[in-house]
Amino acid sequence: MNLEDWYRQDRLPHIYCAGCGNGTILNCTLRAVEELDYKKEETTFISGIGCSSRAAGYTSSDSLHTTHGRALAFATGLKLVKPRQHVIVFTGDGDCSAIGGNHFIHACRRNIDITVICMNNNIYGMTGGQGSPCTPYGAISTTTPYGMQEQPFDLCKVAEAAGANYVARWTSFHVKELTEAIRVGLETPGLSFIEVMTQCPTSFGSKNKMRQVTQMLDMFRDNAVLKAKADRDAAKGILPSPEKFVVGQFVRRNNPPLGVEAAK
Amino acid sequence: MTMEIMEGSIAIAETVRLCRPQVISAYPITPQTHIVEGLASIVADGRLDAEYICVESEFSALSACIGASAAGSRVYSATTSQGLALMAEVVFNSAGMRLPIVMGIANRAISAPLSIWNDQQDSIMMRDSGWIQLYAEDNQEAIDMHILAYKVCEDHNILLPAFVCFDGFILSHVYEPIDLPSQELVDSFLGPFNPYQKLDAKDPISFGMYATPEYYLEFRYEHDQAVKRAADAIKKYGKEFGEIFGRDYSELVVGYKLEDAETAIVAMGSICGTVKDAIDEMRAEGKKVGLLNLRCFRPFPSTDVAKALAHVNTIAVLDKNVSLGAKGAVAIEIKEACYGSNIPVYDYILGLGGRDVRKRDIKKIVELAEKGEGDMFYGLREEVL
Repeated sequence: MNLEDWYRQDRLPHIYCAGCGNGTILNCTLRAVEELDYKKEETTFISGIGCSSRAAGYTSSDSLHTTHGRALAFATGLKLVKPRQHVIVFTGDGDCSAIGGNHFIHACRRNIDITVICMNNNIYGMTGGQGSPCTPYGAISTTTPYGMQEQPFDLCKVAEAAGANYVARWTSFHVKELTEAIRVGLETPGLSFIEVMTQCPTSFGSKNKMRQVTQMLDMFRDNAVLKAKADRDAAKGILPSPEKFVVGQFVRRNNPPLGVEAAK
Repeated sequence: MTMEIMEGSIAIAETVRLCRPQVISAYPITPQTHIVEGLASIVADGRLDAEYICVESEFSALSACIGASAAGSRVYSATTSQGLALMAEVVFNSAGMRLPIVMGIANRAISAPLSIWNDQQDSIMMRDSGWIQLYAEDNQEAIDMHILAYKVCEDHNILLPAFVCFDGFILSHVYEPIDLPSQELVDSFLGPFNPYQKLDAKDPISFGMYATPEYYLEFRYEHDQAVKRAADAIKKYGKEFGEIFGRDYSELVVGYKLEDAETAIVAMGSICGTVKDAIDEMRAEGKKVGLLNLRCFRPFPSTDVAKALAHVNTIAVLDKNVSLGAKGAVAIEIKEACYGSNIPVYDYILGLGGRDVRKRDIKKIVELAEKGEGDMFYGLREEVL
């Protein structure tokens, strides 16, 4: 099968704004699926509500577009009935960590064998740019006109602490690393959580002095610190700059997963 | 009076500011977003001394409102559709605690299939929750009803929460001339919030405790009586509102060319504007058609409806909602109100999920009703069934 075959051509053109990073992430995901030679009938994409969640509708295999924040609960039900199915969840920072936060921590705790790709654009993009639990401290949104005064979630730390077997973070700039991380996530039994920092030039960049798409991608490139370097700096007692964020694989472990068919 | 051209949502946000809530808690959802964005800016700019809470879901939004209201503050939230559905538990909870919360509902269809467009299924879904439900025909009514709702809800003889419903996009995103009242007038009408009871460590009380089978039925009876009493309270304060602001809300149902009408259309919300235009054209052709605009769905003004429709030959109800397996919610009420009158009541489910309703549709419905054809989904595209 070709990569193009994974797209539902009759749903295109997509609704993403010019310069949006979500298409890149969908591409990386489908490329990983293609590399693993998954079959359409063995693969289901599930999503909640928001820009990220439109992605499930653009894939040509079965997909379930659910209510806001609940994709992981729907996915848990599906996976337990069809343990052989490859279940991939597309979600966003608002969908996953705000309204769906409880489902997120419990899906990680159960370590259900699904792969979760969280497109973190730091904002509620679809509704026009309100502050989310991942809006950085001080960032401007339509509900924080003078800057967010609450601390954001570190979703990877939440996933790791809650029990996910595989946790990684990359950005829409790191296309090859992201594709590889999704592939490893798909191959790891248990819950795999891959956070992808992605640009929303329309609702986030335009309000936060990054009007150009390239400014946001440059920011991802310049501020992403590889986990190995971050660990070395930490060992030396060097405090990370607040604008930097760590990318790479945070955990890969083999805790007992849920939803994996027992060997016969 | 100064008229200003304003977007509905912004006019509502500015009106909420005039009502001086102390806590605003809301979660963004289309098409309500401009209201909460407007309020977030108003609070951030220091134009309103209130806490604006960026909560993580609609469930949290109304829960925070319950806490703030129980602690003795005037509160506001706004939502629609899926957000209201997610709130369901606390919608009933807040009403049972008899907290005078006012919430704007930018009416929108319910998923699945997903739709961000207008109908009134969301607020109708909460029909039995014990909240007052007011429906605005235009944005002036939407803002006036916000002020009126606080007055009615906070009356110590009422103590209920209220939805102020306005059609999503059709009103929320439309620019109309608005008479935004002055702060002095709103203050003189509303005054500061005077809670009947509140959480106070010096005089402890508990909200929301168990009612054993010996008490539960009486709680529900008292709640029902309060919702029924709200009808007279809306009329009383609606009249007072008219004396202060120059726009009368002393009627829960408003007729348009209904006095000599042979066929009456009954509708709620912004569709009434279209209906009025269609009626004008039908009247010019010599057809005696009138409108009964239902401004208040809970409490349901049965007696007022029966009185207003007593003289007509045919009633056509426009329902932007459906109780699947039965009829539209408005038609069910109208039939009950007209029970024993022998006037035929026909129901037309229309405009769901944002389907446009035009003057020619209203005329066609009047023709159908006069032929005795009704109780149907109107405007179905047969080719996709």
